[in-house]
Amino acid sequence: MNIHLGEPVAGDRVVRVKNLNVSFVGPAGRSHHVVKNVSFDLHRGQCLALVGESGSGKSVTARSILGLSGETAVVEADALELDGESLLGRSDSWWRRIRGSRIGYVLQDALVSLDPLRPVGKEIAEPLRLHRRGTRATREAQVLELLERVGVPSPGLRARQRSGELSGGLRQRALIASAIALDPGIVIADEPTTALDVTVQAQVLDVLKEMLEAGTSVIVISHDLAVVAKLADHILVMQDGQIVESGRAEDVLRRPRHPYTQQLVDAVPSEHTKGTRLSLDGPARTRELFPGTRDHTADDGPLLEAHHVVKSFRGPDKVQRTAVDDVSFRLDRRETLGIVGESGSGKSTLARIALALETPDSGRVEFLGRPWTAAPPREQRAVRRRISVVQQDPLSSFDPRWRVSRILVDAIRLGDPVNAHRAEERALELLGAVRLGEQHLDALPLRMSGGQRQRVAIARAIATDPDVIVLDEAVSALDVSVQAQILDLLADLQDQLGVSYLFISHDLGVIHHVSDRVIVMQDGHAVEQGPADQIFSDPQHPYTQKLLESLPRLEYATLREAVSR
Amino acid sequence: MSVLPLPVPPAPRARRGRSRALRVPVSVVISAAVVVLFVVAAVFPGLLATHDPLKTDLYATLQKPSGSHWLGTDDVGRDLFSRIVWGTRTSLLIGLGVMALAMVVAVVMGLASGLGPSWVSGPVNRLLEVMLAFPTLLLALLLVALLGPSAESLIVSVGVSTAPGYARLIRAQTISVKRSGYVEAARALGHTTRTVVRQHVIPNAFRPLVALIALGIGTSVVWASGLSFLGLGVAPPSSEWGLLLNAGKTQITVAWWLEIFPGLAIVLVTLSFTLIGRYIQAVVEGDHVS
Repeated sequence: MNIHLGEPVAGDRVVRVKNLNVSFVGPAGRSHHVVKNVSFDLHRGQCLALVGESGSGKSVTARSILGLSGETAVVEADALELDGESLLGRSDSWWRRIRGSRIGYVLQDALVSLDPLRPVGKEIAEPLRLHRRGTRATREAQVLELLERVGVPSPGLRARQRSGELSGGLRQRALIASAIALDPGIVIADEPTTALDVTVQAQVLDVLKEMLEAGTSVIVISHDLAVVAKLADHILVMQDGQIVESGRAEDVLRRPRHPYTQQLVDAVPSEHTKGTRLSLDGPARTRELFPGTRDHTADDGPLLEAHHVVKSFRGPDKVQRTAVDDVSFRLDRRETLGIVGESGSGKSTLARIALALETPDSGRVEFLGRPWTAAPPREQRAVRRRISVVQQDPLSSFDPRWRVSRILVDAIRLGDPVNAHRAEERALELLGAVRLGEQHLDALPLRMSGGQRQRVAIARAIATDPDVIVLDEAVSALDVSVQAQILDLLADLQDQLGVSYLFISHDLGVIHHVSDRVIVMQDGHAVEQGPADQIFSDPQHPYTQKLLESLPRLEYATLREAVSR
Repeated sequence: MSVLPLPVPPAPRARRGRSRALRVPVSVVISAAVVVLFVVAAVFPGLLATHDPLKTDLYATLQKPSGSHWLGTDDVGRDLFSRIVWGTRTSLLIGLGVMALAMVVAVVMGLASGLGPSWVSGPVNRLLEVMLAFPTLLLALLLVALLGPSAESLIVSVGVSTAPGYARLIRAQTISVKRSGYVEAARALGHTTRTVVRQHVIPNAFRPLVALIALGIGTSVVWASGLSFLGLGVAPPSSEWGLLLNAGKTQITVAWWLEIFPGLAIVLVTLSFTLIGRYIQAVVEGDHVS
């Protein structure tokens, strides 16, 4: 299938980048050198992947091929060529002719990239109109053809709808349709599947694959190695603006040479990583945090139990929607129960019910053997410190006015009314347990990195010495290597503090890595429930089977060969 | 490998980060000085005034601005500068009073509408909608007509008429904070509703209001002067600025200063409060986004 894996013919080259350097001049006149001596060639029908973490310079590299690196950017290169033509020092009007017609650009978030007030068909016709291709009538026909090409069902209807009326997958495909409207030789896709559910991701990947087979060259930017493994012929691994490793996709993923690439490959959680460490971090030291405050052997039996829970909401259109429909589960001590499902499957509602922040319409929930959601608020507050939460977006879970010390002290004193000085000391101990230091006590979460924020959120969650922590998509917004560190930290905490996790995620790899047992949710129903290994190796329900098929699994397997060396 | 001709960074400027917020623009410094000056005039008018504001001098009527009468005199020879200085207290007090009353009404209604149970928030919302449906001026005129012209009724009428706008803002803020992740986190930790409201909802919902209060004082001064000019506010012989404008309007062809200088005082006060309010707004928002 990959006919370009051998040494390509020189005439095939569509993009040539030699010693590309990009720096940004900041407001104070300081310059940041974000892309350093990057060189690569892109050939016809080839897929090149730029892999790296946020801030590694991968998007900036791609955008300089589009002339979109920004007003304050200084772009320099020995060569930056498109079909042999130099791209350096071009005027805006020249770029406008090139963009769309010779290079298509697919952005990450289709919801913000499409105009919400215009029908999708108009949006796709836009590049055709701008480049004066065809008449209005022929353009309409072409739009339908394009939508069909990217696999949008009933294109005639979809073309008349606005982006808000389309699902995430359809939107992303509409965006691809507009990027390829003028049949550009090259398409640059920046995180094209990042925000998508796994089944939708599979559809979008298929569209990109078909384009490759039709001879289009694709540059794909992603932090997801599984996606990259599925598409790319050639991989460039970037770190701090430099290419640290490059080569054929198979070689890079199977036999990573550079330590950073190895770290990236090892950081991907999956079925093969269960019980192993994903990051290079040593075990966290948290055992001393709660010396003898609790006797875990004292109360046996399930910690948290839900029986036939139903919850429905009335939407803005006054229609009742059932978010959670007859779901039962139990969570035991030191156990991780994974809840996996796509957006809208009711996972988050279930999390809120588990936290007794939402009362189910029917069914009952018990925590520590006592009624939980049905208990009066006063009784609930008395046990709330024994179940805590880590939310998906740590930043919005902190009061914007509060510094780290206040966030932690507030939680500490709820669990244990110690004096202010002692609480400060405890805050420092907690920070140490999540591998942050004294210098972070006085920081505003706003000025911390995503990983640091999530560590603060975890520190707050363990501050009250809980039995259960509900993790609602707690690692979904993180880069893969940061995610690996956080997952390792969570494993240490479970080991050492004996805490149980209700772990909610849409990421099958993460769920498999962390869970002892798994619940698969679809449209509010728990369609399948059982031990993680059984569910992942022998799924019974068709939906679970579909989920697992959609996951770029084969590639995972190849990938892991490198790890099990 | 080629050496990059990177632009040479100029000499380092003041440290960025928190210190940046302290670099106050000149316009704001001047505005603050103007406000201080007017506050001094309001508290100690005797310090600044050069004449008795009520003393008539029939030998010096309608004098142009000069060394003895800095801003000229009116048709009965009263010193305009001193009258403006003495009028500051009334004008500023009305501005502050309006804002204070508007805030009290707005906070009560806004919180009731944002945090109250549906049997409270429902009626409050309907009332707010009804009040917002009236143009502010119309509502204020109606209330003044009912209460009779005086400084107090000016405060009440303008305060009550501008309150619904602020109440809606407080309501919107309260609701967005109430649904925020950190309120949920605080509830999950086991804080009581009272603590959550005190600790998170009120401070965060009220943050943007600080700027609006400063902006509002300026506009209230304009509102109040406007109503006094129409004869619906303070009664003579007070030298409230709107009254001064009203008194001078008949002589505008022969004594321009009677209109220009009181008008200038209104503009200066409003502009200064507005600039300060804008600055606070920028600082508060910048702190959120940055």
